[in-house]
Amino acid sequence: MSRWNGLAIVGAALIAMGLSIPARATDLIIESWRNDDLAIWQDKIIPVFEAKHPDIKVTFSPYAPREYDAALNVKLKAGTAGDLITCRPFDLSLKLFNDGQLAPLNDLPGIDNFTKLAKAAWTTDDGKTTFCVPMAAVIHGFFYNKAIFKKLNLEPPQTMDEFFAVLDKVKKDGEYTPLVLGTADQWDSAYMGYQNIGPSYWQGENGRLGLLDGSQKLTDPQFVEPFKVLARWGQYMGDGYSARTYADSQNLFTLGKGAIYPTGSWETATFRSQADFDLGIFPPPRPKAGDQCFINDHPDIGLGLNPASKNAAAARVFLEWLTTPEFAEIYANQLPGFFPLQSAEVKLTDPLAQQFASWRKDCKSSFRSFYQILSRGTPSEDSESWVLTANVINGVTTPEQASERLENDLKGWYAPHKK
Amino acid sequence: MRSAALSAADAEAFASAPAPKRPVRWHILVFLAPAASIYTVVMLLPLVESLWLSFFTTGADRSVVFTGLGNYARLLLDPTWARFFWNALRNNLIFFAINMAVQNPIGILLAALLSLPKLRGRGFYRTAFFLPTMLSFVIVGFVWRLLLSPTWGVAKSFLSFFGLGAWFEPWLGQSSTALITLSLISVWQFVGIPMMLVHAALLIIPDELIEAAESEGIVGFAQFFKVKLPLIWPSIGIVSMLTFVGNFNAFDLVFISQGSNAGPDYSTDLLGTLLYRSYFGAGTQIGDPYMGATVAGVMFAIIFGGVALYLITIQRRIAYYSF
Repeated sequence: MSRWNGLAIVGAALIAMGLSIPARATDLIIESWRNDDLAIWQDKIIPVFEAKHPDIKVTFSPYAPREYDAALNVKLKAGTAGDLITCRPFDLSLKLFNDGQLAPLNDLPGIDNFTKLAKAAWTTDDGKTTFCVPMAAVIHGFFYNKAIFKKLNLEPPQTMDEFFAVLDKVKKDGEYTPLVLGTADQWDSAYMGYQNIGPSYWQGENGRLGLLDGSQKLTDPQFVEPFKVLARWGQYMGDGYSARTYADSQNLFTLGKGAIYPTGSWETATFRSQADFDLGIFPPPRPKAGDQCFINDHPDIGLGLNPASKNAAAARVFLEWLTTPEFAEIYANQLPGFFPLQSAEVKLTDPLAQQFASWRKDCKSSFRSFYQILSRGTPSEDSESWVLTANVINGVTTPEQASERLENDLKGWYAPHKK
Repeated sequence: MRSAALSAADAEAFASAPAPKRPVRWHILVFLAPAASIYTVVMLLPLVESLWLSFFTTGADRSVVFTGLGNYARLLLDPTWARFFWNALRNNLIFFAINMAVQNPIGILLAALLSLPKLRGRGFYRTAFFLPTMLSFVIVGFVWRLLLSPTWGVAKSFLSFFGLGAWFEPWLGQSSTALITLSLISVWQFVGIPMMLVHAALLIIPDELIEAAESEGIVGFAQFFKVKLPLIWPSIGIVSMLTFVGNFNAFDLVFISQGSNAGPDYSTDLLGTLLYRSYFGAGTQIGDPYMGATVAGVMFAIIFGGVALYLITIQRRIAYYSF
């Protein structure tokens, strides 16, 4: 090699190939994003089912939540997806159904054990076809560290003013992060911030449905106000919160370094096993004393049938078992914080879960306002709300600008907001 | 010394010479076949298929409709898509500029230092500087995220040790600094490549040339700039090309450390992450494979155009020397 241009550049291309193992006639595979729940499915839920149906073997095969949707889509298209598909609520699953990747379940025995509202997240817009068995809802709220509250002589706040008074006291004490939340992952700001306190301002279902029919705009005060509240949160969130991830926040709180953690009931089991202090919860503070209280009671998980499954009969047997109170009771008590959606009352043993569930009696329920229909276009209103909520907390976008951008995004593709 | 590239006159003279009867040279085809067939299957066909996909869209009744360049018009003109696209393109240019301006000069400097005749522990340095290049993006993204984390990271205490604690900021969390920080992490990871290529080029400069320069009294910096640098321009050209292609294909680092939304406020969104979001969707955003293919088509055009421009305008002017 005497020549300079003899230098050869070799690029290597790696092909990642998803290998699928052909399943035996009675093997069922569940696709899921709940990797946190793997042990509970394997050790507590599936054995109960298998004891009753020794001819069916069930495998729970979860992905990390962030990778699930992309991975599932690819596997469904390639025909390598499992027999049972864990369903995200609303549009993501509706799209799968419309694309023929989820089977209709209207004729599944036991599907009537769920109310219409419980099935709404997995039913077509015309309300006629249900395509996933509702499994669980989660309730948003605030966790607090009882030890810190006791030490600083604080009471769980009822109103927003009291909420900020509590934060001020913790900040003044200086030892703890008053409000544990980060904006790096964005979705936690949106769901645990905006969607947590928001329903109290937009009157729950009233505001959510108002957005759907176009009678209310995101620039209306009831939707701007929660952003204004969030804009004041940053000063209580501690140093460098803009680079703090969801997992960082969870760890900060369970290590006892933070006083209040806005989140939802899904943390109950994890926090119980990790925190060595007493956990308390309170519902989203009301805007003013005496206001009606609203909670975000969000249908989160369902289970559907892959129409390409070779074991559809066995899969249906499993789905039918999901509609029984037996499953609901195991699930709700093994995974406290995930509330069954069946009409029949389920006995909860975990005191925190009981407390979460008790809010359903005092407060009116709604769910995440951008999930139904409004995430269907480009850009998805929900995804945009992640970015904008993080921006508002970081102080780079004003509440008014954020609302305007959200309304404009909707104007781009959603007819009721076009005028 | 003479130019190594065949001149047009040479080629003509060669062609017009009476051709002796020769057997068909099958070995050329045989040796080309493995590379050509593998590239066709794993690179060329998917590329053509992806470009083909970008000319279609989903119709009203969920059918697939041909739209010609409709998707490209949408990407460049529709307010929503244009906002994402121009933002990603701008970020990508900044990302490339930082890599070119920081990574390559440092790479050349390290290569020059490595070829100092009296350097001890050369092998160790070479391995140490090249090591990050061989690390997975997942490790690099995760480790740097952790180092710079305001919650657990060592960056703050490290700065405080020098009394600079007040300079610490959550660099990956601010729109104003996140892209620059990621670019510098990318520089850290890939500085080994220019270093190795330039180092290899420096090694094969014949000693006679250096001795000749020394006898003329050209030593030290002057020797580097007047004798060595002109001889390593071809390598620097290749390094620049690799940087360009690599940067406009970049995706992994941003995805690992900032997620598919390339936060904060899309400030680290590159064409690669935009492609991912468009194709697969993100969060509740439903993916659109046709728009994804369109973004991929634009990326291909940019890279193809850039490489072609380089080959036409710069590569031809570089003088090659053989000894």
